[in-house]
Amino acid sequence: MRLLGTKTFRHGVHPPESKDETSGLSIRQFPFAPVLIIPLVQHMGAPSIPVVAEGDEVSRGQRIARADGFMSVSMHAPASGIVRRIALAPSIGGRMVPAVYLEPFPGSTQEVEDGTPCPLETSTPAEIIAAIQDAGVVGLGGAAFPTHVKLQVPEGKFVDTLIINGVECEPYLTTDHRVMLEQTDDVFTGIRYLLKVSGAKKVIIAVEANKPDAAEHLRERFPSDLNGCVEVLEVKYPQGAEKMLFAALLGREVPSGGLPLDIHALCCNVATTAEIGRLLPFGRGIQERVITVTGPAVKRKGNYRIPIGTPLRFLLEHVGVEEDVNRVFLGGPMMGAAASSLDISITKGTSGVTAFTDSAAERTHSPVYPCIRCGYCVDACPIFLDPSVLGRLAANEEFSVMAEQHHLMDCFECGSCSFVCPSHIPLVQRFRAAKTAVRKASAPKAGAAQ
Amino acid sequence: MTTPSKTLEIRTSPHILSGNSVDTIMFNVVLALLPVTAFAVYAFGLAGLLTLSMAVTSCVLTEDLICRATGKPSTIGDWSVTITGLLYGLTLPPALPLWMVAVGGLICVAMGKALFGGLGYNTFNPALVGRAVLQAAFPVAMTTWIPGFMAGRFSSLPSSTLTLPFTEPTVDAITSATPLALWKFSHEATPISELSMGFVSGSAGETSSVLIVLGGVYLIARNMMNWRIPASIFATVIALSGALHLTDPSRYASPMFMLFSGGLMLGAMFMASDMVGSPMTSRGCYLYGALIGLVTVLIRTWGGLPEGVMYAILLGNAVTPHLDRWTQHKVYGTRGKEAAS
Repeated sequence: MRLLGTKTFRHGVHPPESKDETSGLSIRQFPFAPVLIIPLVQHMGAPSIPVVAEGDEVSRGQRIARADGFMSVSMHAPASGIVRRIALAPSIGGRMVPAVYLEPFPGSTQEVEDGTPCPLETSTPAEIIAAIQDAGVVGLGGAAFPTHVKLQVPEGKFVDTLIINGVECEPYLTTDHRVMLEQTDDVFTGIRYLLKVSGAKKVIIAVEANKPDAAEHLRERFPSDLNGCVEVLEVKYPQGAEKMLFAALLGREVPSGGLPLDIHALCCNVATTAEIGRLLPFGRGIQERVITVTGPAVKRKGNYRIPIGTPLRFLLEHVGVEEDVNRVFLGGPMMGAAASSLDISITKGTSGVTAFTDSAAERTHSPVYPCIRCGYCVDACPIFLDPSVLGRLAANEEFSVMAEQHHLMDCFECGSCSFVCPSHIPLVQRFRAAKTAVRKASAPKAGAAQ
Repeated sequence: MTTPSKTLEIRTSPHILSGNSVDTIMFNVVLALLPVTAFAVYAFGLAGLLTLSMAVTSCVLTEDLICRATGKPSTIGDWSVTITGLLYGLTLPPALPLWMVAVGGLICVAMGKALFGGLGYNTFNPALVGRAVLQAAFPVAMTTWIPGFMAGRFSSLPSSTLTLPFTEPTVDAITSATPLALWKFSHEATPISELSMGFVSGSAGETSSVLIVLGGVYLIARNMMNWRIPASIFATVIALSGALHLTDPSRYASPMFMLFSGGLMLGAMFMASDMVGSPMTSRGCYLYGALIGLVTVLIRTWGGLPEGVMYAILLGNAVTPHLDRWTQHKVYGTRGKEAAS
């Protein structure tokens, strides 16, 4: 679908972009916290298994945990230091998870330790997949899904198009924007690895129209031997959701409950791609990542390369926050999760830290009215659900009706419906609860069948 | 370096809202109705002013009393009942006895809105429910019209306005027929210029099409009205009445006359497009508009009444849930599947 020369999907919303304050700021290295707390579950899947013991000295980049099975990844030391404890630590949702407490050496040069390189030319696809898992690469866009799992193309399936997602439709965040400008060569190296693994014939780099400098920069440096292009997409939320990208760029829809492989496509976040290109030639692992720290409550906003495991409290103290800060989320304001505690730490899936003040939060304190059937949510939902009807059903706890007749499980919780609702009904919040209830209800049945 | 010592609020995403709100939308509808309302007062003088004031007052009071009686916080602050009152007043003959206006206002809110569950649950447009009941209860008073722009309209009242409750209103000498009635019963066409500017007799607010369109365009520009509904109504009315007019111009009124006469403009712009009673899908809105246009032309052309917009919209309201169900979007990723199976 083409509108005014830029491609896009149908429906969606236009939240204020709020990116101007950080989009022009170069990536800066963030200092080490006195103690780094590295959770062993930073990805979707099984927790990693520590390969260090309390009291061990580690060097920066050294592997400190190994993958537990295929649906898991390695972890690497973000700093040279000493492992003080391996114990439970709070995670974003409030749950306690196992973590490595690492105390960096104050005087160390912090040189990064290389591993076994995975050269692009001589490695087989299987070797590259193993190297990606070994480098601890997960989706850096926020989902933290192990990248190598996504790249494993099963027998009988094939990929024709690789999409590199540099859309970054989430308001406030400028991580991917800066990576595209400053790590352009890493991005293209990463693309070469991904093309080799997936067997895709063509690559499309998708950039939203609010980042014309990034699109221009990528076009200028696009290697002549790569088959592909840079596509500029209309600024619209949630353009960066992979389902929306497939619709906008390829005119294809992932079947309900299916995978992108079913439509011969593969989508990879641009920051993830850049990390693959940066790490694999040296056999290194992810030990830091680029994060936008922003929001009305942050004093020194910016794009920082932050060590994994940096406690949120240290991060906020370092950038400075306003007195009346009252909400902090990991990610952006549309899909980010509210921090339940300042003792949680930065993980691989953290694409941004946004802090709001009382005054900025005011608009979400509005009274809830009954649904007036305005239809704004129907026009907003990018996957064509009827959030109004779903909302009424959710209020009556008719979860099975929602799932069976109204495609509840297809909702990917982008929040567009809640954003536009003039009655301020917490629609997506209700859908989350409903989905959890549906999953709970179906889980025992699956267990009994085995 | 200070660490925030206050409690962090935890909510689930999204953490920002568009800033649109029910009360803002409703207030803007009231704003959009103000030019029409002012013109009604200007055209019908004191009678128009009293009718509109009584309509709004009775509706707002009823809502407030019902909230009090049921122990809920008053909902008059969301402006929706003000819209009901204004629209209801604008559809009334300006010289209607005030006690009838008050009774109708009570019915609008009590029967049309509160009985269904209040804002958002009222299947039918509350203003039209009240008007329909009055039409059935007081057929003569509801079809007695005074001409607009009478001399002395700001200093004297039509004798019917202050009729005591439950007595027959005395019929004034200065009644006149609406353009639709003129066409229906004596085949007299009123010039379009007079119709569009409002220099004719009719309900308080239905006479000036220009101001109605102005208000509608304002709401459409602010994305507070679905343009598809009035557009579809107008297109259907023009197409149907145009086809009829071509077959026999002396028997069937011209499409322009149909468009600008009676309550069509006001109904299409402000009542059919009421969010609560209209479909949510785009295709549903087109069908809904087409149905209203069709029924309006049918009643006006072959029905016993000169005007049919009110019944057409009420019928449209009744069909809305079905239209919504029939016109649901195909959910992303389910198209191919259903085609294959």
